[in-house]
Amino acid sequence: MAEIKNYTLNFGPQHPSAHGVLRLVLELDGEVVERADPHIGLLHRGTEKLFEYKTYQQNIPYFDRFDYVSMMANEHAYALAVEKLLGIEAPERAQYIRVMFAELTRVLNHCLWLGACALDIGAMTVFLYCFREREDIFDYYEAVSGARMHAAYFRPGGVTKDLPDGLLDRIQGFTERFPGYIDEYETLLTENRIWKQRNVDIGVVDKEAALAWGFTGPMLRGSGVAWDLRKTQPYDVYDKMEFDIPVGATGDCYDRYLVRIEEMRQSNEIIRQCIEWLAVNPGPVKIDDYKLTNPPRDLMKDDMESLIHHFKFFSEGYPVPEGEVYAAVEHPKGEFGVYVMSDGSNKPYRMKVRASGFAHLEAIDYMCRGHMLADVVTILGTQDIVFGEVDR
Amino acid sequence: MIREDATALKERFGDQVLAVVAGIDCPEVTVAREAIVDVCHYLKSEQGFDQMIDLCGVDMSEHPSHGDGDARLLVVYNLLSVEHNKRIRLKVAAGERDLVDSVVEVWPTANWFEREAFDMCGIIFNNHPDLRRLLTDYGFEGYPLRKDFPLTGRVEVFFDETQWRCVYRPNKVENRVLIPKVWPGVDRG
Repeated sequence: MAEIKNYTLNFGPQHPSAHGVLRLVLELDGEVVERADPHIGLLHRGTEKLFEYKTYQQNIPYFDRFDYVSMMANEHAYALAVEKLLGIEAPERAQYIRVMFAELTRVLNHCLWLGACALDIGAMTVFLYCFREREDIFDYYEAVSGARMHAAYFRPGGVTKDLPDGLLDRIQGFTERFPGYIDEYETLLTENRIWKQRNVDIGVVDKEAALAWGFTGPMLRGSGVAWDLRKTQPYDVYDKMEFDIPVGATGDCYDRYLVRIEEMRQSNEIIRQCIEWLAVNPGPVKIDDYKLTNPPRDLMKDDMESLIHHFKFFSEGYPVPEGEVYAAVEHPKGEFGVYVMSDGSNKPYRMKVRASGFAHLEAIDYMCRGHMLADVVTILGTQDIVFGEVDR
Repeated sequence: MIREDATALKERFGDQVLAVVAGIDCPEVTVAREAIVDVCHYLKSEQGFDQMIDLCGVDMSEHPSHGDGDARLLVVYNLLSVEHNKRIRLKVAAGERDLVDSVVEVWPTANWFEREAFDMCGIIFNNHPDLRRLLTDYGFEGYPLRKDFPLTGRVEVFFDETQWRCVYRPNKVENRVLIPKVWPGVDRG
């Protein structure tokens, strides 16, 4: 009788459902996964090294490029970290704008996740539907920052600019349309027999394992832990928002799908509450300390001091007091944290980015063992991996 | 005002806890290198720190507080308690040749975080199940996040027509400093 040996399969880095540049070395016994060894780092750009050579102001755009499908959520963590070190707080209007855009970003991220994950599993249409909504949100990004993706809109001390006229009405229109769109996605998937066969009881993670493997965000909530930083450690004006945290029951891929769908509905509610407040409460959108933010352009025309402030702000930047801080936000993918160590100069001494996808991808070996080869794609899909943040 | 769980740590471990600081966001506890695994076990089982959120290595050699005889490297652990909704930060100093005990046995997620710290800063973890490089290229040399590693790197990769494969050659790019690092109140002439 012939000797039976395990088979090693190289999954990626050019595989379409490897979500970018994952190289996964799978050890297979027939079609059953015995071991999964992810080789990451193919998108490593040395951002943490670059941080140490850039001023705090110049570091903002790098954050858009971590998780490049939820750009403003990354900036949010950075802005909060630097604000904590400086001991400042953004004005209330800026906080509302940030929360509104953080939630729009959550919708943006979940739309991409849903489309891409469904596409991996074999449903083409959802992808096209989701990208239609993403297009709307990109337009709002463009309206406030001029860039459709890498906005650099949230900054320490507030946001770059106030909302342009008419934008709130457009977002209002979106929030009215969007619940109907989620219903469309759900008709395609939630009760779909194939979707359920591919997702139910796949990649089950229980509470203890989810905590031990460092899961956060929808991955943790899918496993039944009601933990959401927006509720438990609220930042900006999340403590004034009313929303619910969806929690899964079994911790399988289907639960994580349901959690994310419900999160989109809740985000929509938060956006509505922000619009209501923003429509009637004008005010400053960044702190008025011109050592830490740039002065308005018209002030620079006839005020020498403003001109100096502007020049110093954009060249030398601002010094940040010596100390260290860890600030985290409830990113669409989980907990996105920034650990900043400052030596009192205008550049960070060390900045570490804690990406949720990094911990999730690490657990893929644990989640895939004993599953079939095709389930690897499902598990990878529901982990919502983006390599910009995993590889940094 | 130092939180009581950090002072409890001091009482429990005595001399092994070198310093306790209140911190801006959460207590910071500096622990002796030998005691880190015991401290982590204690924090997880007795104080409910069920998640290790982050672990990172820092090269302290150019930090203003760094003295001549001080250990060069620092390992920083950011822990989170989902149960009690609080955070704590642990720090362990290590010389270039010191081994830091791995905390993979406490939280399995530490595996990749320690591999990354090894890859980036050259911190060697004792009892780690699989201490390979993680983010850098296969066969990479040096530790990129150490302060003496140049920003532009040491080698560049290019495609060699004659050998028909990718090869490395020494890097010719020089680092440009457009904005110098400055401290407030320092007169630069």
